[in-house]
Amino acid sequence: MPLHFELVTPARLVRSEEVHMVVVPGTDGEFGVLEGHAPFMSTIRDGQVQVYRTAGAQPEVIAVRGGFAEVGEKGLTVLAEHVDG
Amino acid sequence: MASLKELKGRINSVKSTQKITKAKQMVAAAKLRRAQAAAEAARPYSERLSSVMASLAGKVAGDSAPLLLRGTGSDRRHLLVVVNTDKGLCGGLNANIVKAAKVRARELLAQGKEVEFYLVGKKGRAPIKRDYADRIEKHFDTSEVRDPGFAEAERIADDLLAMFGAGKFDVAELVFPVFKSALAQEPVVQQLIPVPAPAPSMVDAGRPNAGSQTVAGVVDYEPNEEEILADLLPRYIRTQVFGALLELAASEQGASMTAMDNATRNAGDLINKLTIQYNRSRQAAITTELIEIIAGAEAL
Repeated sequence: MPLHFELVTPARLVRSEEVHMVVVPGTDGEFGVLEGHAPFMSTIRDGQVQVYRTAGAQPEVIAVRGGFAEVGEKGLTVLAEHVDG
Repeated sequence: MASLKELKGRINSVKSTQKITKAKQMVAAAKLRRAQAAAEAARPYSERLSSVMASLAGKVAGDSAPLLLRGTGSDRRHLLVVVNTDKGLCGGLNANIVKAAKVRARELLAQGKEVEFYLVGKKGRAPIKRDYADRIEKHFDTSEVRDPGFAEAERIADDLLAMFGAGKFDVAELVFPVFKSALAQEPVVQQLIPVPAPAPSMVDAGRPNAGSQTVAGVVDYEPNEEEILADLLPRYIRTQVFGALLELAASEQGASMTAMDNATRNAGDLINKLTIQYNRSRQAAITTELIEIIAGAEAL
């Protein structure tokens, strides 16, 4: 079962796709989100979101600034004010 | 009666005006589509933010709530953030926004409150200055960027937050037009600071397939609810300002399209009228000339 991952900025929906795992730079440390993660909410610091499309694949790196991450039953949503790349 | 030459000159000048208004109308129509698409693209973010805000605001209540949510405890000093366009040629849009702002200002003043203005966009300055010259706190210039976007919204919101932090006002209200259709843009007054807690039911009603419906008590918060909320509120305000700018952009183009359509039609009517007048005068001149020739011939 893949994880549904969405990356949203005020201007647009940057990503909305099924991935294996996402590593998010939380304020209290990085955390990885796999499918079936418990509901969770965290602010994020400026840093890089790493998107693993499949297990063991090279991560795709997206730089984000300002925002927060939310894990719900439908997957992971990262709201970021700025996204580079 | 104007001479033939003068009439011809007027017809030509109206024709060139019509060309301009027609071009502006088509530009506005194209830009309107883009503005609407931008507003559409911004919706997911603001919806998610509102739903998270709603679920958090319900949990963090009372004295532990951040100042932005709770307010300063007084509502004496109001700040009206009036969002206007930078360019004209958009009918009564700016006049309506200014009118709504002035009505609100009068209401507040009648209640004995203090009112100050924070103006965004060029076109609101002169009319508000006329009535409330000493109450204008600041102009925010958006005339240098082509499409005011999130960067501008961020700067406006940060400005407001700094002013709120410095205790310059108790309540901030945003006055901006809501785009209903190309024919109707309605100015609304919306409270910005302190942040009115969005009702969860209202937020969810707008999105039937809520993607991140969180169940109270189950969600883990990192660092904790209060800190997340404190971090979220400024973002929420920025999003509100951004939303207002997007609505403004769509309204401007919609109003401009309608106004220019009218202007083009009026110019067409005027051209018809002038052409009839021109033809009549031409005919009268020819008749006079003929009479002169015939009279001359008869006299021989």
